Amino acid sequence: MSDLDVLYQQIILDHAKVRTGGDLPESETAAAPVFPGIGQSHQLNPVCGDEITLRVTVEDGKVASVRWNGAGCAISMASASVLSELAEGVVPEELLGLIGNFREVMRSRGKLAGEEEILGDAAAFSGVSRYPARVKCAMLAWVAAEEALRQAVAA
Amino acid sequence: MTLVSARTQRHDPGQHGRPQGVEPLDRASVPVALTDTEVRRIRNDFPILEKEVNGKPLVYLDSGATSQNPVSVLEAEQEFYEQRNAAVHRGAHQLAVDATDAFEDARATVAGFVGATDSELVWTANATAGLNLLAYSFSNASVGHAGAAAERFMLAPGDEVLVTEMEHHANLIPWQELCRRTGATLKFIPIDDDGALRLEEADRLITGRTKVLAFTHVSNVLGSINPVQELTAMAHRVGALVVLDACQSAPHLPLDLKALDVDFAVFSGHKMLGPTGIGALYGRAGLLDAMPPFLTGGSMITTVSMSEAQYLPAPQRFEAGTQAVSQAVAFAAAVNYLGETGMERIHRWEMELGQRLVVGLQAIDGVRVLGPVAGRDRTGLAAFDVAGVHAHDVGQFLDARGIAVRVGHHCAQPLHRRLGLSASTRASTYLYNTTDEIDQLLDAVSNVRGYFGVDASGERR
Repeated sequence: MSDLDVLYQQIILDHAKVRTGGDLPESETAAAPVFPGIGQSHQLNPVCGDEITLRVTVEDGKVASVRWNGAGCAISMASASVLSELAEGVVPEELLGLIGNFREVMRSRGKLAGEEEILGDAAAFSGVSRYPARVKCAMLAWVAAEEALRQAVAA
Repeated sequence: MTLVSARTQRHDPGQHGRPQGVEPLDRASVPVALTDTEVRRIRNDFPILEKEVNGKPLVYLDSGATSQNPVSVLEAEQEFYEQRNAAVHRGAHQLAVDATDAFEDARATVAGFVGATDSELVWTANATAGLNLLAYSFSNASVGHAGAAAERFMLAPGDEVLVTEMEHHANLIPWQELCRRTGATLKFIPIDDDGALRLEEADRLITGRTKVLAFTHVSNVLGSINPVQELTAMAHRVGALVVLDACQSAPHLPLDLKALDVDFAVFSGHKMLGPTGIGALYGRAGLLDAMPPFLTGGSMITTVSMSEAQYLPAPQRFEAGTQAVSQAVAFAAAVNYLGETGMERIHRWEMELGQRLVVGLQAIDGVRVLGPVAGRDRTGLAAFDVAGVHAHDVGQFLDARGIAVRVGHHCAQPLHRRLGLSASTRASTYLYNTTDEIDQLLDAVSNVRGYFGVDASGERR
């Protein structure tokens, strides 16, 4: 497998094409609806212009859905898609833990590999950590989810 | 005496500045473009170009962002530190004299390279610093810091600063902030769908209210060359000051600021074979001396009391604190290298590379080139969009083949937005790039969509 293929795992390319959760309408990205259990965050990567608005809905103590509207590179879009699948049905504290775990792997400069039992498809992003310029791309949706989740739980 | 001999030995541009690959031109002949053979020899002067990246020979196509340095530039900086390092413009010892001579000789060399005299050239950290210097000096003038003598630099509500829609952020944001501080209004000359300046709009927008017209000579995204003389004449007819961003022209084409008749210009050393940390601001004779300083402190004063200070004339007036002396010396070595090679020949070579880029890119399905189409004038750079693949992914794909390009908005967000994009990929050449390197890029770009599974319309499949 070439270095490029290690970065762009097939699973990442697949998620970049068929994007779970990427159906939040543009019209709803301006402001977050103020309801208990709903949080929304907008994140921008000023280096390359990757952008995402991500909404987390918490119902009955679990994440009911993660939906987002974004534009960006394959890494950032696939990462948002993987996160959306991973988060559904997870309790907020556990999702915060997963986000922390993912961040640790991403910031490891290639030293840590994500564990598939914990991170699921997101473990495929481990290769990104060797490319410091791309870590922000991978983290974009996760940073948005962290902020949105805290809002949703606080509301 | 050893100092002197070392200096003459190592600093004779005829010995060290002359590119190894280029024969001195017959003055009577019309300059022709460099040839691939010459360029291959020129490459020997640039150690970094021998490097491998990701197991592949480096194909460096990012000179629009920063250029590489020939040995003569690296040696000039080292020689300065080994033989002449001391504080300039102070101290009575021999070394200080040598350092000052080197610093001021460098100024004269760089000034001469753009058709200016040494008193018209202020060292700055880079072009951005030069533009901010202007904006802050104008802003100081606007609150009366230099009295009535600085009247033509004063801005107030009702006045206008005019830029263009294709500016690099460095030639936009300082003017936004200047307008914010003074109450003046910022306007811009729009571009058409092909990225060309709409000159009929310029004619409409340049009025008696226009105090400053700031625009780029060559667009860092489009590669187009703006009609400087035409725009300058329009601005001067209404008494406006003209500021030229020469960052992408000074390195790549013969530049005579006097002939262009602009009032101010900025350019950056690291984009023209020099080191980082050094750039220059040109100001037409008489203008700089009437302007109030921006940064203040040591080295720029005549007399200082506890309550006020008097300032030296330009250029020292604008050079507070210790300057980037070794970088200035190396910058001069860089322009000597360019001058010896011949700017007209470099320009023509890069125009050829630029056409090869555009023709090749336009032929690839799903690739849209920004700026002038094939056959129209452009410098040796091309920014492009690959339908359905983000520029960051394009850049990563190219990097895996050892090809270094710039991706993103290239510090020109408004321009990208106008063209319906958030980012693009830019290949930018210099005198050391070969046609073979362009072909390697084209081959790589033609494989991008296949790798990411995107068809020519940008649909993901």
